[in-house]
Amino acid sequence: MAMSDSGELSQQMYVNDVQKEKVLMVGAGGIGCELLKTLVLTGFKHIHLIDMDTIEVSNLNRQFLFRKSHVGQSKAKVAREAVLKFRPGVEIVAHHANVKNQEFDIDFFKQFSVVLNGLDNLDARRHVNRMCLAAGVPLVESGTTGYLGQVTVHIKGRTECYECQPKPAPKSYPVCTITSTPSKLIHCIVWAKELALAKLFGDKGQVSDLDVRSTSNEDNAVSNDPDEAEFFEVRSGESNRSYAERVFNRIFGQNIVTALQNEDTWKARRRPDPLFLDKVLTEEDAATQNNASSNDGTVSAMASLNLKNPQEIWSVKDNARVFLESIRLFLEKRSKDVGKIVFDKDDQLAVEFVTAAANLRAHSFGIPMQSVFEAKGMAGNIIHAIATTNAIIAGLIVLEALKLLSNRTEECRMTYCVEHPSGKMLLMPVEMAEPNPRCYVCSETPLVLELNTATATMREVIEKVVKRKLGVTDPVIMQGATLLHEAGEDIEEDMVAYYRALLDKKFVDYPTPITTGVVLTVEDYHQDFRCSLHVKHRDTFDEEKEPEGMVLTGDLASLNTTETAAAPTPALDAPSKAENGHAEEEEEDENVVMVEPAPKAATAGTKRKLENEETHPTEKRLRASEAVPVEV
Amino acid sequence: MDPPTELLTEQEAAVYDRQIRVWGVDAQRKLSKARVLVVGMSGVIAETCKNIVLAGVGSLTLVDDSKLTLEASAANFLIQFDELEGQGITLAEACAASLRDYNPMVQVKAEAGSIQNKPDSFFGNFDAIILGRSSISLRKHVNELCRKQGHRIGFYSVDCRGTCGSLFVDLKSHSYVSKRAKDDKDARHELTYPSLEEALSVPWKSFPKRTSKLLFALRCLEDFEHAEGRQPGHVSSQDLPALLAFWKSACEAQKVAENLVSEPLFQRLLGSGSSELPPVCAILGGIVGQELIKAMSGKGEPLRNYFFFDAADGKGIIEMVAPK
Ligand SMILES: [Zn+2]
Repeated sequence: MAMSDSGELSQQMYVNDVQKEKVLMVGAGGIGCELLKTLVLTGFKHIHLIDMDTIEVSNLNRQFLFRKSHVGQSKAKVAREAVLKFRPGVEIVAHHANVKNQEFDIDFFKQFSVVLNGLDNLDARRHVNRMCLAAGVPLVESGTTGYLGQVTVHIKGRTECYECQPKPAPKSYPVCTITSTPSKLIHCIVWAKELALAKLFGDKGQVSDLDVRSTSNEDNAVSNDPDEAEFFEVRSGESNRSYAERVFNRIFGQNIVTALQNEDTWKARRRPDPLFLDKVLTEEDAATQNNASSNDGTVSAMASLNLKNPQEIWSVKDNARVFLESIRLFLEKRSKDVGKIVFDKDDQLAVEFVTAAANLRAHSFGIPMQSVFEAKGMAGNIIHAIATTNAIIAGLIVLEALKLLSNRTEECRMTYCVEHPSGKMLLMPVEMAEPNPRCYVCSETPLVLELNTATATMREVIEKVVKRKLGVTDPVIMQGATLLHEAGEDIEEDMVAYYRALLDKKFVDYPTPITTGVVLTVEDYHQDFRCSLHVKHRDTFDEEKEPEGMVLTGDLASLNTTETAAAPTPALDAPSKAENGHAEEEEEDENVVMVEPAPKAATAGTKRKLENEETHPTEKRLRASEAVPVEV
Repeated sequence: MDPPTELLTEQEAAVYDRQIRVWGVDAQRKLSKARVLVVGMSGVIAETCKNIVLAGVGSLTLVDDSKLTLEASAANFLIQFDELEGQGITLAEACAASLRDYNPMVQVKAEAGSIQNKPDSFFGNFDAIILGRSSISLRKHVNELCRKQGHRIGFYSVDCRGTCGSLFVDLKSHSYVSKRAKDDKDARHELTYPSLEEALSVPWKSFPKRTSKLLFALRCLEDFEHAEGRQPGHVSSQDLPALLAFWKSACEAQKVAENLVSEPLFQRLLGSGSSELPPVCAILGGIVGQELIKAMSGKGEPLRNYFFFDAADGKGIIEMVAPK
């Protein structure tokens, strides 16, 4: 304990040390603003800062380097300017860019003594982890949500890497729960945004189905009723109001009536009540309201219905009015967006529609309704964020960086910031875990890919496994020394044609058939990532539990057995958010995924238990984009 | 019964959206009525002010008449570099300008004059008072004044000494709401706090064995500064022999073993002198900020009644110190 007992950490000594060091900060959001400030105060003089985001109003309660007048500008650039006002002599290079860009290659990373992450999403964290491993630069990783926070240190070969332990996957729900048997409001919200909103105003090419289905027949989750598609079109001569009413009666009324006919479904469940407009609204209630825009010109059903309090839980009647009014407004004021609407938490009208639709459905199913404020948080996966936790976490990041830079790596700790003291501790350091020898990112563990080689194609493997599970962006796939696939810009034309021809070919039909025993190599040059996939043929897959028709495991031992039950490896089952089409989550600057339950006080200072999180089989599921609840 | 919910303005709802998701509208409304006084614009106080202004307290009054110097700006990011050249502006005025800019919805003002010369009635204008580095006698004086007022005034004293930090809290009596683990329902709790005088009177011998070493080391250092007639923080490594002698007699008086605190910890505290380590300021300022938010909003369990942080072991520890 050199630091605690000899007084080595005196101000003079470390300031002289850090002045020469060059550090990279990834993220200029909630943690980033605090971190940049604390770094320059501590004496750091050479800082690169990468952030692709621009400033939003909801950042201003904690990202103190930004003002209202900066809304819409680059976070990295504005943060740099703000810090130079109190420390003009510091060299800060601001990159308004995605950290995954090619310009930030391994040589770029190698110029830094340490990389400090204040990131908001799993995908970017995994990428930076790989770049740091490839460049041999230590990484300090962080995350916060509400009063909870966490700082970890990753040193190649010494500690676990960011991907050594499984991360909780974004929460998802079985399709039948969403389409047929909701029991919580979140199920209704997922239904409202992924099915109702998408059906009425989204891309018609995307299949979604609004009918309530039985649980016993999941294949029907995708409708094959030819009338259904037409039903949701506005008919010629039909007023927007009549259309909205027709949709209401169908999705909250008739569909429930139909679903009730399947007695099996309701044997052990509360039967839902169909809602028909004539029972919900009187004629006066239904009369059209006043002005359709709020003060700032946003199209809003709440504004036109004079509903002011976003915290208030609307009556069933008001929900019905908002539902009808929001449909009318979409058709009349947002007609150019209709056909391309995807849920966005900053789209006020979409939030109102989703709230009303979810509440009406919830009411049918006997589930308590919620305010538009709460529903927006659930639908938009809005992460709870406060300035104080970010400030504390940024301070802890700098302390870890100081230890790394003065070669006191043995003193580095993983620190939890907790809401309720565990024992007497509010800030709880624990020793860092060693690398996981089975980690496919920082060790050379081969992976086993089970699939039906008679039907599987490269396209499927790239989408379902290489991108989604391995987190590879630009894959190069080889069989021995033969290139089978390559992604990127500067590829010869004849090769592009060759790869395209292979893309949809069945594995058994390849020039050298891809069957049991074949080893595929997957590489990403940019990430300097490389791993081997040992192919293993299997005829059938459980449609319920293995809907992807392929299973990736990390256990080489299973190669030698002929029949192996599919056992998903936890570490491989954490698809990134970006790939689930929830781009809106990327706007958040803090990330709940990072925060793990803190150990009990008794284990503080001792080795952290390696808890392998239980993972769900990759069922056919709908993503809820709901924040993973964190309990400490 | 609480009065019917007042609506937040559109601007409040937009800016405070993410934190309202943590503590709720009701807490935000209460917070926006809190009047806070801070004394002594150190690095840790700058951090604290930033946090509570961003959170949206009602008003913040700063007291610090000292001049803008390079030293004063060492850990204080509220001072813009070009202001250092300017004349006639106090530290409180410079910091207030930055804080107003952070959040125009909060009233921030600089109060001229020294805190020692304020009439007793002055303290009654606030709901919380945060003292930065200050002598033990000033802290006791202000704490007593707070406790005498008709309404509850939250009292905080906080200091960062190099790599170490400490916080004392006196909320007199406090009631708060928090979610019960068993059913996730709101439940009301009552807490009582000892005064600073009472907390200081607890004999060392009665402390549990695992009490933070910083508690004893910092008390000894503050008593030493007082006995030597120094300003708080005006110490250096050269004071070590005298401080160790002072410690020895303190241990004899308190009937505890001298090895309760190790010499290197004293070395480290003396070596820091009056300087603050910025990451420790950030951590400590974050804790003070969140404690004040909990106390003013009545939402969440506030800590009782000391908090210590030491960068050497990275532990942030709560100690409850009250007479039996
Ligand atoms: Zn690893």
